[in-house]
Amino acid sequence: MNFLRVTITRMAYAALLLVAVLILNFTLMHLAPGDVADTIAQSAGGIDAEALEQIRREYGLDQPFIVQLGGYIGRVLQFDLGYSFFYSRPVTDLILDRLPATLLLVIAAQILALTVGVVFGVISARKPNGIFSHFVTLASLVGYSAPVFWTGLLMLVMFSLILPWFPVAGMRDVTIENGNIFIHTVDVARHLVLPMVTLASIFVALYSRLSRASMIEVLGSDYVRTAKAKGLKSNQVVYKHALKNAISPVITLAGLQLSAIVSGAVLVETVFSWPGLGTLAFQSIIARDTPTILGILFFSSLVVIVGNQVTDLVLRLVDPRVGSKK
Amino acid sequence: MTEPLLKVQNLRVELTTRNGTAPVIDDVSFELHAGENLSFVGESGCGKSMTALAIMGLLPEGIGRITAGSIMFDGQELTELSQERLRRIRGNDISMIFQEPMTSLNPVYTIGEQIVEVLLAHQSISRADAWAEAATLLDAVRIPKARERLKDYPFQLSGGQRQRVMIAIALACKPKVLIADEPTTALDVTVQAQIFDLLRDLRQETGTSIILITHDMGAVAEMAERMIVMYAGRIAEIGAVDDIIGTPRHPYTKGLISCVPHVLAHVTDEKQPLTEVPGIVPSLREFGKDQCLFASRCQHRTQQCLTARPQSVNFDGAQSADCWHAGTL
Repeated sequence: MNFLRVTITRMAYAALLLVAVLILNFTLMHLAPGDVADTIAQSAGGIDAEALEQIRREYGLDQPFIVQLGGYIGRVLQFDLGYSFFYSRPVTDLILDRLPATLLLVIAAQILALTVGVVFGVISARKPNGIFSHFVTLASLVGYSAPVFWTGLLMLVMFSLILPWFPVAGMRDVTIENGNIFIHTVDVARHLVLPMVTLASIFVALYSRLSRASMIEVLGSDYVRTAKAKGLKSNQVVYKHALKNAISPVITLAGLQLSAIVSGAVLVETVFSWPGLGTLAFQSIIARDTPTILGILFFSSLVVIVGNQVTDLVLRLVDPRVGSKK
Repeated sequence: MTEPLLKVQNLRVELTTRNGTAPVIDDVSFELHAGENLSFVGESGCGKSMTALAIMGLLPEGIGRITAGSIMFDGQELTELSQERLRRIRGNDISMIFQEPMTSLNPVYTIGEQIVEVLLAHQSISRADAWAEAATLLDAVRIPKARERLKDYPFQLSGGQRQRVMIAIALACKPKVLIADEPTTALDVTVQAQIFDLLRDLRQETGTSIILITHDMGAVAEMAERMIVMYAGRIAEIGAVDDIIGTPRHPYTKGLISCVPHVLAHVTDEKQPLTEVPGIVPSLREFGKDQCLFASRCQHRTQQCLTARPQSVNFDGAQSADCWHAGTL
């Protein structure tokens, strides 16, 4: 079947892309000055040249670049992302520990941003010169311009300090010990609110602007006029006929923005001490923990590539013309 | 004579533009009787489509509005009805097909869904029955394998097929009036002829009155009983098709008719040069002035034409022309 063949071709491309990402990441890390031996030497408060060489030999850092690269790719293909010198744990374990928290944050923020963005966009498109429309335009500008870590700090000041509604940091309340699943879920949800809203703020701006523009265009189209001429109710015209057409570019953008959300998560996680890949990335960069950094890069590329495939799939569901040969 | 189905009186529609408001429809009156075919002709920008949209209550929101006159349909004053009441009439008692079949159907829904939807909006009918009815309708507009085609999306259909689907949608609720706004402009010539044939046959079967808006004099001669020639938002000439084409009274009508090319008996015959009406339709700023708006393009222009709007001159039967010199030309 056509659909199956397309999917398989795409997966093959994705795999090739992933290998390219691996090579690029490794090369970049190799080009950067300093390595883990330097960090160990630093933390030991100075070390002589011979000991430094020995550390390098132990970790295989004295090998030629191409050998190191080959070894790395070979190990990654066996799902071995290496061993973290800094955390003294296999990188794969480290990442799998942190991945759920990041995925929770990223997916929650993306869903929030899409929902609020599209609702804002549609409402303001129905009255492009109304007060609400101007408010959305202004709010989008502010939301998009404000740096996400600054927004995060403001949220903390407002909703954790002045109004102590939400916890300041972390993902779980350590004082809850024998709670059932419900209590834990509520606890995590309460911790999630501020980081999620902060991360979503930028993307709400993007999505609401795009869906407003897209909706205004579609509302002026011939088939919307046909829908009105059929005597359909105004909500049916807007939500059934116009929105399903206007949403396609928003979905495309949301797929493209996935990488931006993942990198935005690094900043947000750091501000809110959210125990995800972002904080791990931040700490391992400071520690020059190369295997961990590479592992995180690998996983974030994986998330973005998978996200793009999902986007394509959703687009096919929304618009029958996508992927059609005729 | 019986009460007309649709009676438009002194209709005035104003359009808000950057340079103020302009009357795109200026004091237009006409009647449409049950089962009749009335055609509107005129160049682009003469207010033909605006008249149709005004009847449908679909003037561009915030830009166009009816400022005077009345539209009586079946005993109801359409200009005073609420949006909700108008909605119940649209697609049900009065429906419309548009110029652009390529873009007038929603690309993300199957044509079946788009036909079923209008049935569900106006009739108390189950979904299953509506689908069965949709297949019948598609069959009536002569799309082969109707039942299978219902599951097709618009992009899988040709332009002519899409216009047939639009006609099926428009006729789904057996409307009393069908407004066809240049239904064949975007289609090629052989398909045009098929669509006109279809409209004519469907009219005979259903008795629906048709308002046909077109540039095509040939189609008017073939399809319509009465016609209205519009120019710059005003009626230039109105009357029976045979009378107007036989003896046009307004210089603009004469111009339009002489523009129709004649088919020669032999391709080697000497070709007559194609005539045209010189000049263009005046800009919206000129609309509504107290003068003959055609004067700038008219070879019979006199001082009177530039100082006062012409009054209707009635001729035998029901033909009348808005021209100061209609009686003498």
